[in-house]
Order: sequence, then structure tokens, then C-alpha cells
Amino acid sequence: MIDWPILSTVTFLPLIGVLFILLVPGDDEGGKRNIRMVALVTTLFTFAVSLMLWAGFDYSNPDFQFVEEKDWLGGGISYRMGVDGISILFVVLSAFLMPFCVLASWESVQKRVKEYMIAFLVLETLMIGVFCALDLMVFYVFFEAGLIPMFLIIGVWGGARRVYASYKFFLYTLLGSVLMLIAIMAMYWNAGTTDITVLLGHEFPASMQTWLWLAFFASFAVKMPMWPVHTWLPDAHVEAPTAGSVILAGILLKLGGYGFLRFSLPMFPLASDLFAPMVFTLSVVAIVYTSLVALAQEDIKKLIAYSSVAHMGYVTMGIFTMNEQGVQGGIFQMLSHGIVSGALFLCVGVVYDRMHTREIAAYGGLVSRMPKYAVAFLIFTMANVGLPGTSGFVGEILTLLGAYRANTWVAFFATSGVILSAAYALFLYRRVVFGPLEKESLKSILDLNLREKVILVPLIVLTIFFGFYPMAILDVTQGAVDQLIHNYQAALEAAGHVQNAAAPAH
Amino acid sequence: MYTAIVFLPLIGFLIAGLFGRMIGPKASEIVTATLVTASAILSWVAFFTIGYGDTKLVQIEIMRWISAGALDVTWGIRVDTLTVVMLVVVNSVSALVHWYSRGYMHHDPHRPRFFAYLSLFTFAMLSLVTSDNLLQMFFGWEGVGLASYLLIGFWFHKPSANAAAMKAFVVNRVGDFGFALGIFGTFVLFDSIDLQTIFNQAIALGGQGEIAHEASFEFLGYHLDTHAAMTVVCLLLFMGAMGKSAQFLLHTWLPDAMEGPTPVSALIHAATMVTAGVFMVARLSPLFELSHTALTVVTFFGATTAFFAATVGLVQNDIKRVIAYSTCSQLGYMFVALGVGAYSIGVFHLFTHAFFKALLFLCAGSVIHAVSDEQDMRKMGGLRKHIPWTYWTMFIGTVALTGVGIPFTHIGFAGFISKDAVIEAAYAGHNAMSQYAFWLTVIAAGLTSFYSWRLTFMTFHGKPRAPVDVMSHVHESPWIMLFPLVLLSVGAVLAGMVFYGVFVGEGFEHFWKGAIFMGPENHILHAMHEVPGWVKVSPFVMMAGGFVVAYIFYLRKPDLPKKLAEQHSGLYQFLLNKWYFDEAYDFLFVRPAKWLGRTLWKKGDGTVIDGFGPNGIAARVQNVTTWVVKLQTGYLYHYAFAMLIGVAALVTWSMFTGAGTGGAH
Repeated sequence: MIDWPILSTVTFLPLIGVLFILLVPGDDEGGKRNIRMVALVTTLFTFAVSLMLWAGFDYSNPDFQFVEEKDWLGGGISYRMGVDGISILFVVLSAFLMPFCVLASWESVQKRVKEYMIAFLVLETLMIGVFCALDLMVFYVFFEAGLIPMFLIIGVWGGARRVYASYKFFLYTLLGSVLMLIAIMAMYWNAGTTDITVLLGHEFPASMQTWLWLAFFASFAVKMPMWPVHTWLPDAHVEAPTAGSVILAGILLKLGGYGFLRFSLPMFPLASDLFAPMVFTLSVVAIVYTSLVALAQEDIKKLIAYSSVAHMGYVTMGIFTMNEQGVQGGIFQMLSHGIVSGALFLCVGVVYDRMHTREIAAYGGLVSRMPKYAVAFLIFTMANVGLPGTSGFVGEILTLLGAYRANTWVAFFATSGVILSAAYALFLYRRVVFGPLEKESLKSILDLNLREKVILVPLIVLTIFFGFYPMAILDVTQGAVDQLIHNYQAALEAAGHVQNAAAPAH
Repeated sequence: MYTAIVFLPLIGFLIAGLFGRMIGPKASEIVTATLVTASAILSWVAFFTIGYGDTKLVQIEIMRWISAGALDVTWGIRVDTLTVVMLVVVNSVSALVHWYSRGYMHHDPHRPRFFAYLSLFTFAMLSLVTSDNLLQMFFGWEGVGLASYLLIGFWFHKPSANAAAMKAFVVNRVGDFGFALGIFGTFVLFDSIDLQTIFNQAIALGGQGEIAHEASFEFLGYHLDTHAAMTVVCLLLFMGAMGKSAQFLLHTWLPDAMEGPTPVSALIHAATMVTAGVFMVARLSPLFELSHTALTVVTFFGATTAFFAATVGLVQNDIKRVIAYSTCSQLGYMFVALGVGAYSIGVFHLFTHAFFKALLFLCAGSVIHAVSDEQDMRKMGGLRKHIPWTYWTMFIGTVALTGVGIPFTHIGFAGFISKDAVIEAAYAGHNAMSQYAFWLTVIAAGLTSFYSWRLTFMTFHGKPRAPVDVMSHVHESPWIMLFPLVLLSVGAVLAGMVFYGVFVGEGFEHFWKGAIFMGPENHILHAMHEVPGWVKVSPFVMMAGGFVVAYIFYLRKPDLPKKLAEQHSGLYQFLLNKWYFDEAYDFLFVRPAKWLGRTLWKKGDGTVIDGFGPNGIAARVQNVTTWVVKLQTGYLYHYAFAMLIGVAALVTWSMFTGAGTGGAH
């Protein structure tokens, strides 16, 4: 075990980068360059530390590890950090995606570079903090504060309708947050502490669980986003700069799923069981509905945004099946989607930087001029479609299998998503990449440059690696997931609930 | 050795795919073709080792793949007789197609990419046929789908090719929808998707005689006993087979797939990929043997496809489309054999069909090559003298397809032996659809003969209808394209006679060694020998009849077909437009999906959700703020800052109140 506070290090390391950036005068070209370099080095360092964290992680221990505790506000509210098999990989994912964001913004962001990089580094701290927090209050602060830099990134560096998009984003998420805050206070009154490890063992009264569950659900459902509170996402994605989209799709969307796993299921098992059918319904509607909507899109980013909503539908469906395949698949799907959708947005960024439009109709025949780009885009498209051999497949098949065990109707409709996803993704690919190159504006477009290759190649490698050897991830999550399910079933049994026949405890 | 068979093409793919540009087209071609050829030679060795030796089953585990709860899936190789048969088919045809393509694609600027795709396809197909569990089979299944997508759309500047590629992928996904659900169902039933585990359990289930009738399975609200559950699972899996093997209702992608280069059509859309469905049903014979209902459905779809595709093939004018519909029809024959429980006959027909259908396609490619990329048979004719090698090899292919042989003996071309066996098995079959299947396949035999000879006569006989400048350029293909034709011709002549004994006849037990499971009540292989004489001779009569009609129509009285088409223009149009399936699907699925997508987007997301949600609220807020304040500076960061302060204040307040009450506890 590592005896220095590695979680605090990985969480607050980006802030040290912020300090350095503040010291750099950043008005001229050289200054901007330095700022970018500092940001890149900081994010790389953070990623390296997160890898050390992974290396030191004990797979066989299903409890929280690297636990830190400091007094903070007294009265049971302390600064507590710790990770388990469910959260650690999200820490790694967050740290992993950040260098790509910095690189993706290298040339496309020219105004307010200093503020931009600061916003990103602060965002990184806050997001990693969310996944490390072991205290409800600490969690809440990180969770909510994360909104602010994202709000700024969309609102300041976004596209034409950025103000509308950022307000929409803010309005939606704020509503959920307020309810969650009230729920947190109620939990504190009931349990007398905000220590998550204690709360996990605390039994809330059944009637209270229902209300708490709904309050948390309001917040997490918006973050996921689940249908019908998803409409902020397409707008936010469309207006956000490329790197903003990457973080939004790659990590912010995962906060909801993580929240379900960390709070809703273990702390309110009775309510989760009660509401699972509703979650299934919403998930299936999300998968079918948003896939159909994606089919009709004319904007590349919007199409991918809608496909993200559909993919998150698989996640919520998988998580609430409460069997090994479903939950493991849900987590895997989130991680895989973090890589794949992030990569897809980076791919869109590549052509956006050249043509300054996201209209699908403005493209066509790119493969003639950009064969390397076509290959990269194809791989990520296929991963998005869930082709076996890519990481997208593993999460999809596991969640569907889990759903089938829980309820065949759910699986039936959700599986129809594999047809629709093929339709919209290939339709997009066909219109953008294939076909004759006829548009004058595209005739001189250039293929990937070195920086873009550096961004996309690692993502390709990981997408395929996790497709063939997903155990690298599943082994990490297994212990914690088994414990989660075991406790969940035990809680249901203790409450005298009739065992759900489709989800036997193994 | 088995590992090498599977992975050599992958190495070829990686070399040509990653370094194709660096090493140039010629090196890419040679590397991929050589590796696949090596794989093919090893496959024949494996074929004789396993099929004729005493080794029953070889299992090689490569690494873990997915494990979650009871689900435990590994990457592995499973080699038994069924596998080696497929290995031989896939690798032999693939190797020949690789070499052939060196000539056919000679002028194409993207050769490294083409050969990389071919090798990728081969690898995916090999991993499909060597899979040891259902999920890996699904991997190969979708992998060949990807390669097919890439190869159909190889000429990406052609919009029709792109449309066809996408159509192929999406229609296959419809089948995969069923396949995936079938895998889930299998897992729920058996707690495993490992082939050996499922087979043992399934065989044990069948061995109990009366299957326990307890409700053990729930599907879409129905509580099913084990028997009904097997039917559901088999039907779902069969849905996957229907998609991949282009069976009736899910066949629409196959004719369009002819947009791809012709060698691709020969490899993927005739000899190998489209037979994956047949392979799958044969592989899962222990499951299908438990459900007579599922087998009846298989028979029905097989027979309907055999007949339907043959009727459409009668009137097509594109040389490749005729062969494509013929493929579709022959796949129907294979499913008929599977459906009546004669799995080995289905696989036997798959085996012989691979030779003569790949041969026909490659010959068609040679013809197209000769007439400057023309595919319309109405613009051909009289080519026999100009391209004699192509003509004679294609003649052999046609004779093999139509089933020329001596009735009541086992002497004849490949198609004669295997197709007649299918028809006899259909007659001897016991399920509700077997008589239906018998009659349709007999009729389809006549139709097959007619369209095959029509193709030959229109292309090679009569007067040249091509423009003079095209005719002056007509030339025989280079030897690199001809030697695959010759080798395949040998197969088309001999494959039936040489291998009938082991596939179907006396050598059956020793050859298959349980790789294909037949229940204790399944005596189809004996019953088919006792069918009446008229049954045995009927396909021969139909074949001869088809030949005579084609001879009259296209050599004696060439104006007769036109007159007939005018007299029965309704029927002619119906057939020419492929029973209007594309139009119907467009109307039933494609348009509604697009319309629904647009409506849900504009109305659902736009009007309803946003209208009552954020935009509505924002409008209210706007009213309030304009009323209250002139503070609106329009600078975003002012808002952001205000928000920051607000959130901070909220958090602080709540913490202190929370802490205060907490302390009181």
C-alpha cells in the first residue's frame, strides 16, 4: 500500500498546475504556448499518478482503499477520501481523458487561453474529487461545483447559441441538485453522519427511502441524462468546444450512473427495487426514442449526442437489473463510452477545425482526401455500434444479458437498439466519409496531422484492447460489484421482500 | 497447427492493413495471398486428420474474454469434423479468390486495402467456424458482417455501393437482434453459453424422453416449459441465420451486395459468409433436435426461399444478380435439409455449392473483365469463341449447379449428388412442412436449370449484342485468373462423388464422430434411401425440362421470351421487381422510422419536453428578470460569477445548519 495521501494528490494536482498558469504571463503567442505546455504536463502527471493508484489497488479487497480522513466541519462531516472497485477506474478515466482535451484545444482555442486551461484543470480536480469522495458533503461540493467550470466552458468558448445551451444545462442540473441537497440534509438528520462508509451500512426507513431515492434520482437522471430530461445534452454538446464535449460525454455523463451505484442502490435498496420497473421503462424509451431521433439529425454532434443518450439508457438499464452481468456491464459501458464517445467528438473536432461546420450535408467523400481519418472514424463508429472486438460490444452485451435475466420485455426492446444504432451510425458515416468528393470546399482538406494522430491512436488502441480483453476492467470492478449485489439482496431479504425470481444471488 | 490456420490470415490483414502503403500493392497481395494459401493447405491437412482420423475434438484455449457472474467466456478454438469442413471451404475459396483478385483488381489503386479486407474477412470467418462458445461465434458473425460491409462499399465513390453496404449491415443486424436474444435465452436455460456445456445438457434433456414440463422460462410475458423454451431459443437463433444466409424476408441485402467487386461476391456472398447460417444451425443441432416446431419453421423458410429466389432469378438481366438469386435459392435448399433433420446433407450441399458457386461467380467476373465491366447480359452474347477457358469452366459450373448426373447412381456433378440428396431427404422428412419443401425444391430445380442455361446462352451463345468497340477488346483473362477457375472446376466435378460416402453415406458415423447430433428418433438418412423411384428421378426431369425450355427460348426462338413477358406483364413485372420487397420494406420500415425520428425530435423533444420544460421556465424567468433588473450586462461571466456566489452561499448555509442540527442529535 502507498502511505502518502495519493487520492488527495491526484485530486488536487491539477490545482497546482493552475497556480503555475496564473504565474505565466499569457498574452502573446509564447505565453499561450507555455500555458498549454503547463496544462499538458499537469494533466499527464495527474494521469501518471492515477495509474500508480491503479497499480497499488488491491483487486481482492472489495472495500474502500487508500482511505484518508481529516476533520472538516465537525459533527460527523469530515473530509474523507477513498476508492473501491467501482470508482477507481472513473478516476483513471478522468485523468486519462484530460491530456486529450488539452491537446484537442491546442489550436482551436485562441482566445482566453489562460482562463480556458484553468477552467479545465479546475474541472479535473472537481471530477476526480467526486469519484474519490467518501463523505456525502464532500461529494456534493465536488458534484455541484463541477457544474461551474463546465457552464463557463460552454458559455464562453462555445458556438453561436452558447448562452442558450449553457442556461439550459444549468437549469436542468440545478433543479436536481436542489432536491439532492435536501435529501442529503435529511439523511444527515437520520443517520447523524455524512460518512459514506457508515451510510452504506445504515438502514433508512422504507418510506423515507422512497423520498430520498426520488430526490437523488432527480439529480442523477438529469446528469445521465435519462429520457425525458435529456434535451439539454444535444444543445450543450453542439455548442461546447470539442474538448468540452469530450469531458461532457466522457465523464460528466458518468456522474449519474456512478451516483446510482454509490448511493441509490446500496443506501435505498427497497426504493430501488420499487422503482426499478420505472427505470427500465425510461431506459428502454431512451434507447428506442433517441436512436430514432438520432436517425433524423442533420448535425454531426447532435447525432452523436443523441446516441450518447441511447447508450446511457443501456447503463441505467444494466445497473438496475442488479445482477452481475447487468451491473458489471453498466460500469463497463460507462467506461467504454467514455473512451468511444470522447473519441467520436474528437473526430468531429478534427473536421470542424478544418471546415468550421457541423452540418452533415456539408461533408461527403472525405475518405478520398483523408484515408487515415476515415479509418479512425470507422473504428469509433463501429465501437459505437457495438461491434464485437471493440469495447462498445462488451458493455452492450452484458447489460442486455442482465436485462434479459431481469425482464425479457426490457431486453427485447433494448436489443432492437442494436438495429437502430447500426442504422444511424452507418448513415452518418456514409454521408460524411463515403461517396464522391464533390464539394469544392473539401477538395483541399488535409488528413490527420501529427497532433491529431497522437490523440486518436491511443484511443483506437484502447477501444480494441478492451474489446478483446475486457477483463482488464471487469477484474477490477468485480469484487465491489459482487459485494454491492450481495448487500442489496440481503437488504431485500431482510425486509421480507419476495426474491425477484429473475435475479438470483450467486 | 489449428491456431496457425486461424491466425495466419489475421497476420496478413495486419501487414497489408497497417503497412500496405509502405510495402506497396504487390507485396501486400503476395503476403496476404501466401498466408491464406498456407492456411488453406493446413486446413486440408486438418480435414484429413480429423475427418478421416480418430481425433474427435480438439479444443484450444487462447485467453479469457468476458467473465461476469456465471457468465464465463474465453477465446478458444474448437476443431471437430464440422469445423474442418468449414475450414476447407473457407480457406480454399479464400486462397483462390486472393490469387484471382491479383488479376481482377489489377487496375485498382486501392489494392492493399482490398487485400487487407479480404484477409480480415477470412480471419473473422475462421473465428466464427472455430468458435467454442456462442459469443465468439457472434464475434465472427459480426466480424464477417463488417468485412462484408467494407467490401461491398469498397468502391466508395459509388453511391449505390455505399447504400448496398449499409443495407447489408443493417439487415444483418435485424437477424443479429434475434441471434443476441437467442444467446441470452440459451444462457438463462443452461447457465452457460459454452458449446460443449450446452450440448451435454441438451443431449441429456433429449435423452430423458419426455422433457419435463415445468415452467422454467419466461419470454415476453409467456411462461414456457423447457420444451417451448427450446423452441423459442432455436427460433431466435434461426433469425440470426436467416439474416446472414439471406433467407426469405431478410434476403433483400444479398442481391444489392453485388455492388462489391466480383471476387468478393464469390468469396463472401456465395461460398462462405452466407453459409454461416447453415453452419450455425448444423453446429447447434443438439438444440434444434429438441424442437420439432423450430425445425418445421426452418424447413418452411428454406423451401420458400429456394422457390422465391429461383423465380426472381428467371428474369434478372444482370449476370451477377442472377447468380446472387441462385445463391439465395441454394441456401434455401440447405435449410430444407437442416429442417428435415438431415444436417449432414445440408452441410454437404454447402460444401459442394461452395465450389461451383464460387466458380460461377469468378467466371462471371472473368466475363465482366472481358467485356469492359459490362454486367447486363442483354449486351453480351456470342462470347464463347473469344473466351473459351471462361466458357468451359462456366459450363462446368452450370452443369454442376443444375445437377447433371445419372439418376439412381452416385455418379454426377457436385450439385447432382448433393441437391438430389436434399430433395430426397425433404420427401422422406416427417415434419409438417416437408412435403411443401419437397414440391417447392423440385420446382425450383427446374427453375434453376432454366435460369442457369438462360445465363449461359445469353452470355456466350447467339449473336454478339455488345457494341463493336467492346467486342474488339474482348480478351481471355490472364492465367492468374484462370487457374482458380480450373481448380474450382475440378471441385465442381468431383466434390460430390468423392465425398458423398463420408458426408452422407456409409462413412457417416466415422467421419462426423458426433460433430453433428441427431436424436434417437431421427432416421432421415436411412429413410431417404427408401423413397419411391419417381422422387429420385423428378429433379433430373425438372432439370432437363428447364434446359429444354431455355434452349427454345434463347437459342431457337429468341423473340419468344419478349412475347411471353408482354402477355403476362403483371407477373413479369412482379418477378423483375423481386416481388416488390424493397418497396414494401421502404414503405413499412424505412420511411416510418425516418418520419418517427423527425417527429419525435421536433415535436417530442422540441415542442413537448423543451416547451414545457426549460424553455417555458426560461421564458418565465426572462419575464421576471426584465421586470426586476437593468442589471443585465450581457456578459456571461457576470452571470457565472453570480451563480458561483449563489452556490457557495447555499452550500455554506446548508452545511452550517446541517452541522448545527447534527450536533443536537
